[in-house]
Amino acid sequence: MNLDLRLPIGLMFTIDGVLLVGYGLVSDPAIYARSLGTNVNLGWGVVLLVFGIGMLVLAMRAGRRRPGSAP
Amino acid sequence: MRLIQLGAIDYAILIVYFAFVIGIGWALRRYVRSSEDFFLSGRSIPSWIAGLAFLSANLGAQEVIGMAASGAKYGMMTSHFYWVGAIPAMVFVGIFMMPFYYGSRARSVPEYLRLRFDEKTRGLNAITFAVMTVFSSGISMYALAKLLELVLGWNFHTSVILSAIIVLAYIFLGGLTSAIYNEVLQFFLIVLGFLPLVLLGLKDVGGWSGLSAKLVPVATNAGYPAGAWSESWRNLGSAASNPMGVEWFGMVMGLGFVLSFGYWCTDFLVIQRAMAAESMTAARRTPIFAAIPKMLFPFLVIVPGMIAIALHTSRGGLLPVGSDGTPNYNLAVPVLLAHYLPSGLLGLGLTALMASFMSGMAGNVTAFNTVWTYDIYQSYIRPGQTDRHYLRMGHAATVFGIAASVAAAYATTRFNNIMDMLQLVFAFVNAPLFATFLLGMFWRRTTGHGAFFGLLIGTAAAAIHHGLTLPRGAVAGLKGGFLGPVVQVYPSEMAQNFWTAIVAWSACFLATILISLATPRHKTDDELGGLVYSLTPRQRDDELAWYRRPGALGAVALALTLILNIIFW
Repeated sequence: MNLDLRLPIGLMFTIDGVLLVGYGLVSDPAIYARSLGTNVNLGWGVVLLVFGIGMLVLAMRAGRRRPGSAP
Repeated sequence: MRLIQLGAIDYAILIVYFAFVIGIGWALRRYVRSSEDFFLSGRSIPSWIAGLAFLSANLGAQEVIGMAASGAKYGMMTSHFYWVGAIPAMVFVGIFMMPFYYGSRARSVPEYLRLRFDEKTRGLNAITFAVMTVFSSGISMYALAKLLELVLGWNFHTSVILSAIIVLAYIFLGGLTSAIYNEVLQFFLIVLGFLPLVLLGLKDVGGWSGLSAKLVPVATNAGYPAGAWSESWRNLGSAASNPMGVEWFGMVMGLGFVLSFGYWCTDFLVIQRAMAAESMTAARRTPIFAAIPKMLFPFLVIVPGMIAIALHTSRGGLLPVGSDGTPNYNLAVPVLLAHYLPSGLLGLGLTALMASFMSGMAGNVTAFNTVWTYDIYQSYIRPGQTDRHYLRMGHAATVFGIAASVAAAYATTRFNNIMDMLQLVFAFVNAPLFATFLLGMFWRRTTGHGAFFGLLIGTAAAAIHHGLTLPRGAVAGLKGGFLGPVVQVYPSEMAQNFWTAIVAWSACFLATILISLATPRHKTDDELGGLVYSLTPRQRDDELAWYRRPGALGAVALALTLILNIIFW
């Protein structure tokens, strides 16, 4: 297909990951009482970031193997 | 009541999602040049993408909210809707039926029926299917807007219009490819959005063993064996010993065979995703690739419902209770979202919830515009036009399909009974379908008259069975018994539905055979090549590595499902 789907998926989860990690760093720890005392925004934000970047890396490697196709 | 208060970060995550959904449609718009691009993605989708879309298109309003509600209401037995009621049929359609769907180059399921049987069988299927998709998408829209109104305090009309515009935008721009790409995005969002909820909930109740222990009082208070909420098969010996009120035979035959195969093997909504695949092998792998994540979905959608009812019983009053004393099971997921997730992840979970509704809506709309354009408009209204003409019609059908869904959503708010009645009628129409396909694909003697009248007789048998039976405690009307004498009372509505399906399937199967034998064949063996099993060359996969062969992958999927059944027996 003409658009590598891994690109938008990777991009969206990278952005969401950055948002969650950033919010996890600045948010008031009191809001994590309901999540059993864990800063889930920070933790899950890292998971999303790893997943998003992983998808982007796959897409870029595939893009390089097909020279001439859209980056 | 407003359950959830959103913060700026939650809105940010929601807006990022909307931007990507429409952005994907925008990026794909220049690749839509022919009607085949718009309706079938130019048959160019790799199997992993088609597989995830196959799964996601079926993730409608029913799945996340409904399966969690069933998890709370019936416990682990709900897993039968996956491990019995989905995986075997998905493997079957991939290995045995896809060669005819894809190989015949039919552009839709109704078109296959015309090639295999005749015009009237196609017409019957196309028209009932088109009406059904519009109403299903309307019900999705209604359910989403009602939920947002209840949980977030959002205005009902705003939610309906907003979801309609977003789905319209991305399908109008990029056609089926856009719907499929978004379904894959939605799949990952649903998994990554709900997983933290499940992990936190399980940690809170003390893992699976803690959950099972907390579910014991739920079962014993209701008068069932202690494990009724945490075991899947052990209490199926008799209908009285489990909350579903079904025994194993009705469950395996009704759900596992008739309803499950009828849906996964004949519903164009899901089959369309496999027809868009890039090759025959990719098309056959599509449902099988979908089966692997599908078998893990119970942990994502049923377990939260079980956690909710366990906490409701052990800690008291987690779920809102109705005036008749039963908890509102449909709120299991939103209540847990509010209970465990802080601002941030809450936005992600809520976005995942909206994504599940939208993927269901979009699946219906893309199936509708294809069946409308190819099977109704091109066949009966304006045949012989240019491809550009049909592409324009596809765009128009997307607009009026969504407009009709909005109308259906509003009809639901005014006349709830009409919607229930329509769903009942659809169930009657769908129940016998698999018998027609099974005979059509595997018995060359099946004739067009046999198929058409067999379907009608199967539908009539479903209606008669429903009209003569009732679930325990129900009054005659929509629940059954409307024909007067009640000859059978089932322990539950679910048992009645399963048996209605079994009766409809058997009636259609027998009637199709008898009528086919009594009517002359109208298609020669040559005409049936590629459409019937015995007249189609076998698919050879020898040159593929074993892990790429549909047969081997299907066997792996079935073995894994068997293991899951045994673990949670």
